[in-house]
Amino acid sequence: LSRIGDELYLEPTESGLSLRAVNSSRSAFASFLFAPLFFQLYEPGGPQRQLSRCKVLMKSFLGVFRSLPSLEKTVGKCLILLKPPANRLVVQLHCKYGVTKTHNLTFQECERLQAVFDTQRCASSLCAPARVLAEAVVHFPQTLAEVTLGAGPGGKISLRNYVEDEAEPSKTMVTELWLAEDEFQTVAVAPGSPITFCLKEFRGLLTFAEASNLPLTIHYDVPGRPVVFTLDDAVLEVRLVLATLSDPESSSQPPRANGVSHLPAPSDDFADDLESYMIAMETSAYEEASGVPPSPTFPLRTPRPAESDPEEEEEEEEEGAVPGTPPHKKVWDGQGHAWGQGDGHRPLLTPTLSPQFRSLFFGSVLTPGGPGPAPTQEVLAEDSDGEY
Amino acid sequence: MPLATQPPASGEPYVLAATLDNARHLSSLLRAVHFQDHATCFATANGLRVTVEDAKCIQANAFIQAEIFQEFAVQEESVTFRINLSVLLDCLTIFGTSSLPGTSTALRMCYRGYGYPLMLFLEEGGVVTVCKINTQEPDELLDFDFCSTKVVNKIILQSEGLREAFAELDMTSEVLQITMSPDKPYFRLSTFGNAGSAHLDYPRDSDLMEAFHCNRTQTNRYKISLLKPSTKALALSCKVSIRTDAQGFLSLQYMIRNEDGQICFVEYYCCPDEDVTEAEL
Repeated sequence: LSRIGDELYLEPTESGLSLRAVNSSRSAFASFLFAPLFFQLYEPGGPQRQLSRCKVLMKSFLGVFRSLPSLEKTVGKCLILLKPPANRLVVQLHCKYGVTKTHNLTFQECERLQAVFDTQRCASSLCAPARVLAEAVVHFPQTLAEVTLGAGPGGKISLRNYVEDEAEPSKTMVTELWLAEDEFQTVAVAPGSPITFCLKEFRGLLTFAEASNLPLTIHYDVPGRPVVFTLDDAVLEVRLVLATLSDPESSSQPPRANGVSHLPAPSDDFADDLESYMIAMETSAYEEASGVPPSPTFPLRTPRPAESDPEEEEEEEEEGAVPGTPPHKKVWDGQGHAWGQGDGHRPLLTPTLSPQFRSLFFGSVLTPGGPGPAPTQEVLAEDSDGEY
Repeated sequence: MPLATQPPASGEPYVLAATLDNARHLSSLLRAVHFQDHATCFATANGLRVTVEDAKCIQANAFIQAEIFQEFAVQEESVTFRINLSVLLDCLTIFGTSSLPGTSTALRMCYRGYGYPLMLFLEEGGVVTVCKINTQEPDELLDFDFCSTKVVNKIILQSEGLREAFAELDMTSEVLQITMSPDKPYFRLSTFGNAGSAHLDYPRDSDLMEAFHCNRTQTNRYKISLLKPSTKALALSCKVSIRTDAQGFLSLQYMIRNEDGQICFVEYYCCPDEDVTEAEL
């Protein structure tokens, strides 16, 4: 999780303790859900069952578990207590020789962090032992930012490093790796374009998967829709959601940047995209949210107007959108659920978010009866007329 | 092999002459107190004491008793001089710091007295190096006046239990708080850093506890930057004794066993931090 974000969100729920992280550009989200069975004792919410959640600085939390080898040798039991009144998250390690290490970490109250995604709606899925993927990924240089995963003839799966077209051919090294279908436990790939996602966060998950010896399942759809990596076992559920590069658009629509419709047929014209992506990343830092139309200076890959392909349209309709609503108003997310509202009217994706890496939609989801909306910094995607 | 004594031209005997088969016996101990460039050396017939101080708050002493040396001769009651410890250590380890089995650097140390440099003759594998290090006026040293009768609380622990704790101390904390008590938490080390507070508790019946004599509950804070260097001594030692007196002065004594199984001691004395505020629990 530390490969993804600087803050660790802890959310105890009835179904387990969830540890989550999101990256600063909101293009990567991960959650580890530990079922109650994983623990010797799991009491969410104390006697009143008041569930509270918090976030702590990743660095502080990791500081408690600094030295893994010695932890394994010396620590018998670890106790984690959340004490809202005292404003402390207590992590207590019971070690060899009766020694007790107690860490009282400061935490911040926070909103629920949840990326909206639905693996059911992903057209393709692959499942492989983590080892296979780890061995594949090791061929790419450590500095490689993005990798492209695709399906090829004969059911083979390819992994290729993502290269900007602008780069000089003589200076770029392209590494491409094909994995046979039989390396995977399951392969259910819909025809479509390859997807490109960030390798760094994926590597982090792979390290964990290899160590835990669990098979990794990759759910993906068309480029632009997020790719979801899952690991499951009896007591642990891991989800990593990464945004993928969308196909470039040549639409001349004014950049409302909401909802994305993408070309079903891949086009390899990534050059402009990357530039505008970079600009978007730079401006997103200080451009405030909500409904501000994006600067016309950078060519956002715009959402397609109503002539998006029927398949697209249909999906969006299913999402509870008001029929006839132009697709570009739809907020894109894994299941097309616009911000938990489903009415599809809201421009929920701010123009500042990268048009390339579609931001994952985070439900600034308020649990019913939960605390009121947190101050702006907790709202993960701005919406001026937000109801949250 | 012992190096031949080089008698000075004037025929004056050396005020201090010592021979050591394995210079590491000296260098490793000196490293355990090396947190300042300068040290004061004090030699008597009993042996050599090297003292390092900082900020008038902390003092570390390394004791190498005469028995450790193959030859140790002091002509006067006591011999004292100040010397650059960094340079001394560099010379002692001039043949390298890796300890390959079977090879060791032999040392002969000679000092003619006030105003003369300290001469070191080092030999390994037939190669001889001669070093001359200038000596200086000894400084006035702090006297912590820590004697056993004034000790309020005393604990002896096996170093193994503290090593990791000291190495992982939260350095964002300005102080290390030490609580010693006949009641819970018995012995607690606390830090108050950026991430929050951390407490390390050692129960009195722990296997690590060799002796536990606490009469009164005491909580004292010490500047962590001053105590951090003691981690080196802790790493070398097998046992450590932690004592505090009525004013909260801390004495840490480390028992160090060298390669030949001989025992040496290093001790650290530290003043409590004056701005003591309510301890965070």
